[in-house]
Amino acid sequence: MTDKELQLKSIHLRKMLLKYIYKAKAGHTGGSLSSIDILNVLYNRVLHVDPENFKDPNRDRYIQSKGHCVEALFSTLGDRGFFPESDLETLCQYQSHYIGHPTKKINGVEQNTGGLGHGLSICVGEALAAKMDGKAHRVFTLMGDGELAEGSNWEAAMTGAHYKLDNLYAILDYNKQQITGDNQDVMNTAPVRDKFEAFGWAVKEVDGHNLKELEEALNNGPIQEGKPSLIIAHTIKGKGVSYMERVLKWHHGVPTPEQFELANMELDEAATLI
Amino acid sequence: MELDKIEEKELIMGKANLEVFSETMQDMAAHDRDIIAVTSDSRGSGKLVPFGQKYPEQIVEIGIAEQNLVGVAAGLASAGKKAFAVSPACFLSARALEQIKNDVAYSDNPVKLIGISAGVSYGALGTTHHSLHDYAVLRAINNMTIVAPADNFETEMAIRKAAELDKPVYIRFGKKAMPFLNPEDQSFEFGKGRVVRRGDDLAIIATGETVYPSWQAAKLLEDEYGIKTTVVSMHTIKPLDTDLLEELSANGRPIITVEEHMVNGGLGEACASYLLQNGKTNPFRIIAIPDEYTVTGSQVEIFNHYGISGQGIMKNAKELLKLEV
Ligand SMILES: Cc1ncc(C[n+]2csc(CCOP(=O)(O)OP(=O)(O)O)c2C)c(N)n1
Ligand SMILES: [Mg+2]
Repeated sequence: MTDKELQLKSIHLRKMLLKYIYKAKAGHTGGSLSSIDILNVLYNRVLHVDPENFKDPNRDRYIQSKGHCVEALFSTLGDRGFFPESDLETLCQYQSHYIGHPTKKINGVEQNTGGLGHGLSICVGEALAAKMDGKAHRVFTLMGDGELAEGSNWEAAMTGAHYKLDNLYAILDYNKQQITGDNQDVMNTAPVRDKFEAFGWAVKEVDGHNLKELEEALNNGPIQEGKPSLIIAHTIKGKGVSYMERVLKWHHGVPTPEQFELANMELDEAATLI
Repeated sequence: MELDKIEEKELIMGKANLEVFSETMQDMAAHDRDIIAVTSDSRGSGKLVPFGQKYPEQIVEIGIAEQNLVGVAAGLASAGKKAFAVSPACFLSARALEQIKNDVAYSDNPVKLIGISAGVSYGALGTTHHSLHDYAVLRAINNMTIVAPADNFETEMAIRKAAELDKPVYIRFGKKAMPFLNPEDQSFEFGKGRVVRRGDDLAIIATGETVYPSWQAAKLLEDEYGIKTTVVSMHTIKPLDTDLLEELSANGRPIITVEEHMVNGGLGEACASYLLQNGKTNPFRIIAIPDEYTVTGSQVEIFNHYGISGQGIMKNAKELLKLEV
């Protein structure tokens, strides 16, 4: 896939996740749009995972801690061929396996998430096991900034550094908003970088919508040997749809038919500029 | 799928109990500066945005940190505040369980734990967001009152009584509109079940949002088979109204319990335990969510799937009553 195709893929995935949120009449729109570029880069440039042989013990692990943004994950996995995209027609429907959070019933999903503040601990365990077994695969998680208020993250951060897990990569979708408002008003998590550094992590900050920057940060091994890596991805909640960007209600807003059409027009337009 | 429409003939539809919680909180806060809402990025889900705007000094935001939420509420309560810790029932009763056990119940700090979007109200968001364990885990903790109001009246009363109660209490409810059940009976006391319909042939003991489908089942049984049913809103799961269980079991009629909770450790097993240990051998059945990976769907789809519906409860009743099926 060329760089240009990768950029077009981001647009395609945005349209796809909006389509299934629209169909399901439910979903976490803002945070899916803020994280979709990260997922695109992970699944199309970084992770060694095989849709045909997902259970390969040597696969890279990706555990989505901010499970509510399942539409971004399902769209990326469907697009990568982990399951037929048409399966997503049943998202959140009666008796479907495609529920409103990641579940291992779906090929490609590593862990059941949805309660915030769990992913990093599980990743510490996965990364520890890889070290024990002398395996070379890497372990990734994606967290929300509001999510950082859960104390479990800091317990896991301490453990990751203690065991020198340089095969562990946490990505922060730093959109600076949560449900109630901006992080700084709800529960200030800043300065995130200083906090993680104080906990013994190596930290790098990137533009979370710049595919090149993301790829460079994620594909070049640990930021520092002997330390877990935190990639702070500065993002915009609702990114790519003008009327959703940074607007709080789109955390879990579902577009009306008119809004849906407008979003698609904007994204089609953006595609022509690539 | 919609719940059967028969109720409109007899029951007046109210609002969501969540709505009533929100209004009651605002009303209480206006008269009492010690009423404090403590939230975990949950004020929207708890319909407390207007509360926060009107009484900014009486809301404490904790962020997404339910353990801290309950711990801080325990401190506020210990210092004399009427602290309402408001968070989705799933996270409140699981994530913060140790804080509930040690800092609220054991240490006897009178926190009012408010579990919103309880049971399977979150529908297709799945197991992480369901609270089908809360009665069971909280029943196993000493010094905890557990309440699931059925209608708007019970919700308002539960919230007001909780504010005055100098003991820990857990109140959980959903977000779907509920009808008024037996508006003539305006009595409400923690630990006292509320009879919302009377009849000698069968008893249905239900709690929370399952009282309504139980009432519907009773109506169907009466209309179609002439069976007369007593329906109880057992809003307090603990302490259980054993006097009422004595009364209901006395004539030997079949007893059905209904709850929006897993079968393990909930209302049904609490009733069964009392009945069996006190020599009551009434035909008995528990209708609850089974111990399995919960089906995907909306709350009403999940209810229908597991027989928590007028039809589903009637079917069970007919089997117990040995009526032609
Ligand atoms: C333990 C837990 N508490 C609360 C929630 C409800 N919840 C879902 S998303 C969310 C806000 C998340 O904000 P953030 O982490 O910043 O995510 P993003 O902005 O990327 O959507 C909350 C409170 C949850 N899923 N898990
Ligand atoms: Mg955020």
